[in-house]
Amino acid sequence: MGLLSLFSKPRPTLQRLPSGSITVDRDGHIIASTVSSAYPVDVLEEVADEVLRMFQEARKSHLPLSEFRMHFASLHITAREARGGALIFLSPAVSA
Amino acid sequence: METRHKILVLDDDPVFLELYKEWLEQLPSKPEITTCTSGARAMALLEAEPYRVLICDLKMPQMDGLQVLSIVRRRFPELRTVVMTGVADEEFRSRAYALGVDLFWLKPDTQQNMQMFLECLESLLGRDAESGFRGIQNKSLMDILQMECLSQSSTVFRITRGSNVGKIWILNGDLIDAETEGARGEAAFRRILEWKSGTFETLPSEPEHERTIMKSVNALLLETAQAMDEDSSAASAPVEGESPDDAAHRQTVWRIAALAREGAEWVVSLPNEPIGAPEGWGTQSAAEYSAWMRYASEATRRLGEKLEAGPWSHIQMQNHERRAVLLPSKHRTFLVAWAPGTDSSEVLEKTKKLVTSWDS
Repeated sequence: MGLLSLFSKPRPTLQRLPSGSITVDRDGHIIASTVSSAYPVDVLEEVADEVLRMFQEARKSHLPLSEFRMHFASLHITAREARGGALIFLSPAVSA
Repeated sequence: METRHKILVLDDDPVFLELYKEWLEQLPSKPEITTCTSGARAMALLEAEPYRVLICDLKMPQMDGLQVLSIVRRRFPELRTVVMTGVADEEFRSRAYALGVDLFWLKPDTQQNMQMFLECLESLLGRDAESGFRGIQNKSLMDILQMECLSQSSTVFRITRGSNVGKIWILNGDLIDAETEGARGEAAFRRILEWKSGTFETLPSEPEHERTIMKSVNALLLETAQAMDEDSSAASAPVEGESPDDAAHRQTVWRIAALAREGAEWVVSLPNEPIGAPEGWGTQSAAEYSAWMRYASEATRRLGEKLEAGPWSHIQMQNHERRAVLLPSKHRTFLVAWAPGTDSSEVLEKTKKLVTSWDS
């Protein structure tokens, strides 16, 4: 079964879940981040855009929010409204 | 005629596909093995004909294994999925299980590991082929429990209704414990029995599980049935000769009473289909809120797929006036609002309870 050691071949890398916080201004620009610099910035910007739109759409529906927390199977996203921008926390849910 | 199960193996490296094929052909059930090197090709094959098991690598260019599994989970819910990977990382193991895979296996480096993998896979292939009936549709949970207890079985039932999950332990025909979110023992058992529909699976028995229920199953079933009869007679049971308008009015009254009883401020429910009007109780703004519900559900689904974070279960939110929970169920999505002083750790459980009674 020596052939099986070939499994250690070099392969494309898998994207880890983001972990940390990002601060976003009202225009969706990331002004501070503690997420690993290895994580793609364009994906974080998409997260920021979606979060800001969630706050905006809630206001339009007369349901203004100060905070929301999205629960995914393996990640929690907590967003706090901050003067039109947002403070966003990304927390992977790692099972014991 | 006996049909052979079909296994689809996805790995971007043709050399390993050849190896897999050789190994899998050694399985006692002699399944048909198909291989492919890309997620797109795997999707096309799965669309074309039914497979029993998909074995999928994680690290692949273009569409990685987690993306493939995320799509497969939605489009082929009956398909058994196995991850076979060289990535020994707890995060990816958790994420794969969160996507509903049946088996996560590190690529074997010894003959013994390979043999164990083949045994697990054979067990997975045969799980539904074992003797016994499947597809009980017109039996209540009470009926099923009685049958299990009469046959002196030892088993664990895992019962799912929407976002609620409960477990019932049976040992040698005795009901020994029950558990659902926020309750255990007799209270949990009664709560689970109130669910009028759902799915259940039987898990291996746990002989060492602690016993918390001392009453006989028949006594508990009788008590629960009496309590449910009393509730239904005062609540939403149809009344003979009642006009549709009267029935709708009575149901509205019952739901507003449920709101008051649970302490919620208002509820909006929205069909999951793109068309369909929202319904609101305790609020005049159902249409406005439903627009946000629709947007939030879609945006959250998009984010989950983009981040490969798995399906979303709920969104909790707050402002200075209220707390609220957006909770999807099988056919409808609910937005339930609570007073700002409501304990945040209880809001989700209370919402699930209310939605369950609403849906029943």
